[in-house]
Amino acid sequence: MINKTNFFSYVLLLTIGFVFSSQSLATNGDFQNTINQLTTKNLKTKFKVVEDIIDTDNPKVEFVLQSLLEGKVYYIKNNKKVVLAIKEKREYLVKELLSDNSLGKFSKHQIKKVGINNRIRQKIKAGLSMLNLKHEDEKVRLQAVKNTYKDINASIFKKIEKLIQVEDNDKVRDAMLVLMNIYRLNDADPYVRIKAINDLNGNLEPIVKNKLMRLKDNDKNLEVRIEAEKVLNNINSEISFFKNLEKVFFGISFGSVLILAAIGLAITFGVMGVINMAHGELIMLGAYTTYVVQLLMPNNIEMSIFAAIPAAFVVSGFVGIIIQTGIIRHLHGRPLETLLATFGVSLVLRQIVRTIFSPLNRSVETPDWMSGAIEINGVLSLTWNRLYIIVFCLIVFAALITILKKTSLGLQVRAVSQDRNMARAMGVRSNWVDAMTFGLGSGIAGIAGVALSQLTNVGPNLGQSYIIDSFMVVVFGGVGNLWGTLIGGFGLGVINKFMEPWVGAVLAKVLILIFIILFIQKRPRGLFPQKGRSAGD
Amino acid sequence: MFFSKILNNDTGGRIFLSILLIVTILIPFLNIVVSPESPWHLSTYTVTIIGKYLTYALLAIAVDLVWGYLGILSLGHGAFFALGGYTMGMYLMRQIGDRGVYGNPILPDFMVFLDWSELPWFWYGFDQFWFAMIMIIFVPGLLAFVFGWLAFRSRVTGVYLSIMTQALVYALMLAFFRNELGFGGNNGLTDFKDILGFSLQLDSTRIGLFIASSVALAAGYLASRALTNSRLGRVAVAIRDSESRVRFIGYRVENVQLFIFIFSAIMAGIAGALYVPQVGIINPGEFSPINSIEMVIWVAIGGRYTLYGGVIGALLVNYSKTFLTSAMPEVWLFVLGGMFILVTIFLPKGIVGLMNKYRGANG
Repeated sequence: MINKTNFFSYVLLLTIGFVFSSQSLATNGDFQNTINQLTTKNLKTKFKVVEDIIDTDNPKVEFVLQSLLEGKVYYIKNNKKVVLAIKEKREYLVKELLSDNSLGKFSKHQIKKVGINNRIRQKIKAGLSMLNLKHEDEKVRLQAVKNTYKDINASIFKKIEKLIQVEDNDKVRDAMLVLMNIYRLNDADPYVRIKAINDLNGNLEPIVKNKLMRLKDNDKNLEVRIEAEKVLNNINSEISFFKNLEKVFFGISFGSVLILAAIGLAITFGVMGVINMAHGELIMLGAYTTYVVQLLMPNNIEMSIFAAIPAAFVVSGFVGIIIQTGIIRHLHGRPLETLLATFGVSLVLRQIVRTIFSPLNRSVETPDWMSGAIEINGVLSLTWNRLYIIVFCLIVFAALITILKKTSLGLQVRAVSQDRNMARAMGVRSNWVDAMTFGLGSGIAGIAGVALSQLTNVGPNLGQSYIIDSFMVVVFGGVGNLWGTLIGGFGLGVINKFMEPWVGAVLAKVLILIFIILFIQKRPRGLFPQKGRSAGD
Repeated sequence: MFFSKILNNDTGGRIFLSILLIVTILIPFLNIVVSPESPWHLSTYTVTIIGKYLTYALLAIAVDLVWGYLGILSLGHGAFFALGGYTMGMYLMRQIGDRGVYGNPILPDFMVFLDWSELPWFWYGFDQFWFAMIMIIFVPGLLAFVFGWLAFRSRVTGVYLSIMTQALVYALMLAFFRNELGFGGNNGLTDFKDILGFSLQLDSTRIGLFIASSVALAAGYLASRALTNSRLGRVAVAIRDSESRVRFIGYRVENVQLFIFIFSAIMAGIAGALYVPQVGIINPGEFSPINSIEMVIWVAIGGRYTLYGGVIGALLVNYSKTFLTSAMPEVWLFVLGGMFILVTIFLPKGIVGLMNKYRGANG
């Protein structure tokens, strides 16, 4: 045990020493002396010692703190020296904390662990993130600054004041300014407070908002209160702007899913006038293909999605062609019966999947490059998977438009969809075009399945809920018009996301249905009606 | 005679009604008079199942009326069936009175459970049987009117209309799953005690419900047949075959469509109202789109444009469903899906069509 008076004078000295010489590098000897104070049994003094360690300027500080956190720090009983000990079988391999020098092997009775409580553990963690303020990677630095927003105090403030002089990254410097202004909100001088409030104008961090709200209600100075309210209103309006922007983003990404699901339906419905009720199940097959591809290449999950896209296109397209040539062709001119027969197909496909893969949901792994988000500011962050879905949807759409406008298959498809008999008279093999169109539409359903597998769990009923939504998109946009499907999908997606928080997800769906029923009162052929002879019937 | 006028030229209908009459007399006889030891005895359980099938048969006639005679493939008739069922369920819930788990004389159990303090306005009046009877006709009829008026006025037909009806039933299912709507949410309405003072557990009540279903089926058949024989019915068939031509001749197509659609919806609602006291529960699952589309396959298998064909299909499909789902549950969806495919491709006129063809070949 250390003599108490002795100890306090020591701590006092050390603190004074720190204030005057915090910039100068603490020598290993001094540092070891500080560390040796950890042998105290009084947790309050131990806490002070940890604070001192954190404030010490020595390259080994991080290592010491980390070891302390991991419970590897011990002291040798007879000379009270604090060391690093690693358990090796029955004995402990003891090393010096500040160098790699081994002190030999000790038995369990010769050394004792430096215990810490939760309060100290918290302090160490905060200290470690403080150390990151000087990390060489600017991203780590930025995160470290942001982590200290909540528990800023005088000593951190002083540290930041110095660090900001040498900081060369703009983003980190801005964050540091914010941090300093947050601290200044508590300044004794009301004018410093007002200046800080104004400097924080437009900042969207939740902590800033909280602090300003407290100032608005509780500050002694009237001017500060008025200023805080002004800035707060400004911040609130900006937050609601970004919230709306986020909803638009969610809506567009949901719309992209709808478009991916609907666009295949739009092609087959536009060309053949039949609804394939098994379309949702073709989406499901695409999702299961993704799952199987991941099972086949477990070491390449990151890249498996690029194999899954063509695989899903082929699997679903192939099944689609079988449905077309096996069933739909025989029901030509009887669209209602086609609807029933394809519904039968959907039941069979669902049961097949249930038999092979079990009725339980399967989860498809998301590659790392698809997870995470871009943080625009404190309120708005765009997740990568949603962004990729939007991009993916646009690529698929562009590819489809190119096929329909630039290839001879596209020409024939358009001819058949406008006037089947005339096209046949001109020598277009309408049966072949039907099969190819159906294959194309079904293949795209499979691709939609790959995209969906990244968003939800893969189960036999995955596609079921999409058939009605997809059809709504097709009807809304106008049959036989891909641009209509695109705009209809984005439109419905955004409307849906804006209504959801307002009336709830279920009622939003019901209201959209009512909206579409009313909409086709006014425009029975959708937003962009198809022109041509067949459009009249 | 009134019947013979309606059933003129309707051999199938006469046979069907005769069989129905025999069954209606025979089944209670086999249940009550024949002693339980005899192999000919029918358990009350079986009687209830047959009663349930009869309500399905009535529903099938309603579907055939709009599909076979009007050319509208409704994938949403389950909505009318379930609404009729819910209306009946509300009456039965109010009849429980203070015998519920929580013993509240006014509020049904699920409302007490949700901490509601008073009865929602739309539950008023359902303690009266006559009011419930009016609502059984009014609620499905109103939905059919609103939906049909909007749809037929803007000339939504064909597959568009089919998907719209499916979307309708889907939306209703989602809505009824919500507790806030006030119809028991996920669990629906159940734990019924008695109807018109007769306990639902009693064999005699069950026989009574069976006979009521049978009478309703016969009445529904006769009313539908009378409708299809009328001038209106013939216009409906003309609309089915060439809508534009009928419109150009000068008929108000949408009015004819609307009338028959509402008529059919009311019939489906009555079927639902008879169904609920026999199975003892109504929940949002009845609204699921697959149920509605199954009704269509009954009609397709039995034979469209015959009315009694739907009855045959409903009995056949439901019997195989009861049998298969207990014997080989995983096979049922294959069978159902296969039926959809095979019947539409190979049996466009259903079993009745097949029988007629056979008779035509022989005669």
